[in-house]
Amino acid sequence: MRPFDYVRAEDPVSASRAAAQANARFIGGGTNLLDLMKLEVMAPETLVDVSRLDFGGIAEDGDGLRIGATVTNSDVAADARVRRTWPVLSRALLSGASGQLRNKATTGGNLLQRTRCPYFYDTDTACNKRRPGSGCAAMGGETRNHAILGTSDQCIALYPGDMAVALRALDATIDVQRSEGAAERFSMQDFYRLPGETPDIETVLAPGDLITAVHLPAPKGDRQIYRKVRDRASYAFALVSVAAVVRMEGGRIAHAAIGFGGLGTVPWRDPDVDAVLVGEKPSAAVFDAAADTLLRGAVPEEGTQFKVPLARRVLRAVLEEATA
Amino acid sequence: MNLSFTVNRRARTLDIDPRVSLLDALRDHLHLTGSKKGCDHGQCGACTVLVNGRRINSCLSLAVMHEGDEIVTVEGLSDGAPSPLQAAFVKHDGFQCGFCTPGQLCSATGMLDEIAEGWPSHASADLDGPYELTQAELSERMSGNLCRCSCYPGINAAIRETAGTGDAT
Ligand SMILES: Cc1cc2nc3c(=O)[nH]c(=O)nc-3n(C[C@H](O)[C@H](O)[C@H](O)COP(=O)(O)OP(=O)(O)OC[C@H]3O[C@@H](n4cnc5c(N)ncnc54)[C@H](O)[C@@H]3O)c2cc1C
Ligand code: FES
Ligand code: FES
Repeated sequence: MRPFDYVRAEDPVSASRAAAQANARFIGGGTNLLDLMKLEVMAPETLVDVSRLDFGGIAEDGDGLRIGATVTNSDVAADARVRRTWPVLSRALLSGASGQLRNKATTGGNLLQRTRCPYFYDTDTACNKRRPGSGCAAMGGETRNHAILGTSDQCIALYPGDMAVALRALDATIDVQRSEGAAERFSMQDFYRLPGETPDIETVLAPGDLITAVHLPAPKGDRQIYRKVRDRASYAFALVSVAAVVRMEGGRIAHAAIGFGGLGTVPWRDPDVDAVLVGEKPSAAVFDAAADTLLRGAVPEEGTQFKVPLARRVLRAVLEEATA
Repeated sequence: MNLSFTVNRRARTLDIDPRVSLLDALRDHLHLTGSKKGCDHGQCGACTVLVNGRRINSCLSLAVMHEGDEIVTVEGLSDGAPSPLQAAFVKHDGFQCGFCTPGQLCSATGMLDEIAEGWPSHASADLDGPYELTQAELSERMSGNLCRCSCYPGINAAIRETAGTGDAT
């Protein structure tokens, strides 16, 4: 690990200021950043520890819920309100990592966890995300945990997380304190950036921009499911995951918001998939049409071909359960 | 950097490089070598310790992040005589080489508190709780601790006996 200065943040404003310096980073739980720093995939010169900043814990906010950025993944998953009203979020969190990691990982850090592409991790190989312009060793290389949606000719790295997939289906928003001090709120859609020509830029955040909270609006669907398929039963990233928030009225689908993990370069949601479902009576034909829409632009590599039929099957199974 | 914290109920002060992980601080600076380094990347659980009563991977934390914290390592799980969990590991052969054991013991200690607090898991059929430590719950809740010797039957029996949900054998 390269040497760095460690600063324990006293308050959000001074934290942002300290992290706006060249090559500085926030550290939350550290479970992703320290892993990458040990391998020198990331080498910040200053670490600003925000893990003890109090952003109000978990608090009711109108008919929604506000989750402070430093609340741990365990505390969010176990919160009685989240379990009752936003169960898809508890389920997504509980399907991720391990008990130990969830006790340390924070809400803000989880949103910004980086890809698990093995070439991103291997500093001897080409990676446009790690070293812009160096190329992409994953294309034509060993692929399995890679994206098939939202890829570009520069990068096929997968967004690996679970929590953000549920947040997309719940229409959550992210509160950010810009380094100049202004507060801004982003939709999940606007927060993440597709790789395009700049796979090193993953979100709208600039240096020093601090995530302060995640906001959950009242859920638009009472039927909530998170299903994750992986190589082993626990403690593994998703090959494919589906988060569904559905409401039925008179035998028809009145609301459908479907998030996808294991497929996209960002936590995935396609409004056209939701639109195929809304207003329809549940049927195999409708579910297949939703899968066709989801996968119409999929660009699999040899190692990720399996995700096309797998995504279709998982989506169908989740929709059958959610609309039953 | 200066760091003051409590390790196994004893106040400790260190002058330490910020790069030092909590695991290395415990092992190399405080010579508490019970906590093990299996992978150093959060993938095995051998380094599990309790911080303010909660289990974490000490390899993925900086020592300097723990100012004022109360750390308990395997050396601090009991005072003299083995704890019921430790005794159950001996009784049920919950180990072969023993490398994963300190992490298993700390993790199981934290896990039993989590289940007592009514935390759900991925294996829970509903999110309402409370939960009984069935085999499915135990496997899921302990999945962050790998055992290369695959002593899972003994580990499981020891934990379930301690939780009062195992077959008394
Ligand atoms: C073995 C292993 C298995 C895992 N399995 C899964 C899995 O199955 N599913 C899953 O979803 N995840 C999994 N994870 C990833 C885990 O969820 C993340 O490591 C964790 O959520 C990151 O949170 P953190 O607080 O530790 O982040 P950190 O490591 O502290 O930070 C991550 C990034 O976020 C930035 N950051 C942190 N807080 C803020 C803030 N408030 N504002 C702005 N920037 C901030 C940091 O600068 C850094 O760039 C796994 C991790 C490991 C090691
Ligand atoms: S040494 Fe920490 S998890 Fe393996
Ligand atoms: S006893 Fe050998 S690794 Fe578990």
